Amino acid sequence: MEILELAFMQRALLAAVLVGITAPAVGIYLVQRRQALMGDGIGHVAMTGVGLGFLMSTNPVWMAAIVSIAGAIAMELIRAYGRTRGDIALALLFYGGMAGGVMLINLSPTGSNANLTSYLFGSLSTVSEEDVTAICLLAGFVILVTVGLRRQLFAVSQDEEFARVTGLPVRALNLLVAVTAAVTVTVAMRVVGLLLVSALMVVPVAAAQQLARSFRMTFALAVLIGTGVTLTGTATSYYQDVPPGATIVLMAIAVFAALTALAAPLARRRARAARPAVDGCDVDVPVTRGPADDVKV
Amino acid sequence: MSSEPVISVRSATATLGSRPVLRGIDLTVDHGEVVALLGANGSGKSTAVRSVIGQVPLTGGSISLFGTELRRFRDWARVGYVPQRTTAASGVPATVREVVSSGRLSRTRLKWPAKADKAAVQRAIELVGLADRAKDSVNALSGGQHQRVLIARALAADPDLLIMDEPMAGVDLASQEILASTLREQVAGGTTVLLVLHELGALEPLIDRAVVLRDGCVVHDGPPPEAVGQHALPGHDHVHPHAAGEPLRTGLLT
Repeated sequence: MEILELAFMQRALLAAVLVGITAPAVGIYLVQRRQALMGDGIGHVAMTGVGLGFLMSTNPVWMAAIVSIAGAIAMELIRAYGRTRGDIALALLFYGGMAGGVMLINLSPTGSNANLTSYLFGSLSTVSEEDVTAICLLAGFVILVTVGLRRQLFAVSQDEEFARVTGLPVRALNLLVAVTAAVTVTVAMRVVGLLLVSALMVVPVAAAQQLARSFRMTFALAVLIGTGVTLTGTATSYYQDVPPGATIVLMAIAVFAALTALAAPLARRRARAARPAVDGCDVDVPVTRGPADDVKV
Repeated sequence: MSSEPVISVRSATATLGSRPVLRGIDLTVDHGEVVALLGANGSGKSTAVRSVIGQVPLTGGSISLFGTELRRFRDWARVGYVPQRTTAASGVPATVREVVSSGRLSRTRLKWPAKADKAAVQRAIELVGLADRAKDSVNALSGGQHQRVLIARALAADPDLLIMDEPMAGVDLASQEILASTLREQVAGGTTVLLVLHELGALEPLIDRAVVLRDGCVVHDGPPPEAVGQHALPGHDHVHPHAAGEPLRTGLLT
């Protein structure tokens, strides 16, 4: 396997595995609270961070992490407090982030739109040693939060009002989900690109839902599917010279379609197994009964 | 047990938007009592119970739970809350046990659940008669079973006070009876209950006192009112279109 001997591919595959784990691990909580597109919004905001990184000649991964965390916190606060016209505020944040990124990167001496493209759509071959360190640290944080606090995050995402009455620190947990999602976006940015990050947070979870009955099973399956598609997508992009981000996302959607097709007969079999004894109604209804007959119950 | 009332609401006022919803409510619930809050839609029943658990801020008056000012109250494990919902499901599949387990978090908080916590969750599931469905997805349950899951979730923390917002909405007769017997056991064990109801129904024999609200004011506080006229007929039911798209039933006999 020559793919494993090349240093840049080793880095790319490591980054791919970490993204395959972290994106669905956070995404499941976003899907649970019906905010599936939040990752997309953070991705837009992260672009300003990338631009800022180029302008200040620092590592764009760390800069994107800082800016997208700030953006995610802003989004969460808008969601929690400004219920009226929240969508407008979010739209301003999204497009402001994107425009800011394009502007900053053009102002910077080293940056160009070609550089920006590698962040928008992912560019595994340019993942540097320094990026890998950042990605590992950030992914460690995401896994720690999403697995370690899964019971609390489940409760908050399931029924926020109930969670508040149990005395859980709901506001802090919501902010933690937002920050974790922002960190995940920056982890995944180099692999699938900012514009496709959200797909990797949502599609594996949607695919896992087709088979799973429990939250725990959905979580495990989503991470498995996520890791599977990022690894195969990365390898395919090496052998076939296709863009990794697009390959990974298309593969995830193919898995979703396959599992959806598989799920229908499975659900039927489960329903049959659940009640073997009852075969329809066993009440005799006389055929000769007319509307004038006396019907006693 | 202390002689402090479990719930004490004193001249509470609250607004939603700019509309006054509570206009000076007094409500006391003593230890072991079962109190029903009755009233028409928009009378302030839900707002009243949600202000008791701190989810609606008061604009005037005060509330205390177990003798502690609500602002300083931290002992949430003593309160089991059943919110007004038609479903226990969310965007991701979850089993009955997973949903009920989240009720235990008021005791475990950020800690890992111990053996006793798992046993309490199992007990709560058995109490509502869903032991055989514990591993099933809540998506596969009927409306009445959803309500039973929500009640089991509140019972998982072994609360001293149960607060329920319309637990009987959209619940079939069989589930109503199971809920009534669950509640009877809790009350026999010394649990205090405050519940919002649209009508007394299957719970009637359990209720010690009824508080009737109209336009944000208490208009009756005493023995439960007798159902009269058409409302007393066994076939009379109120089913409200909480979820959009559900057929609207007027409550008239058809």
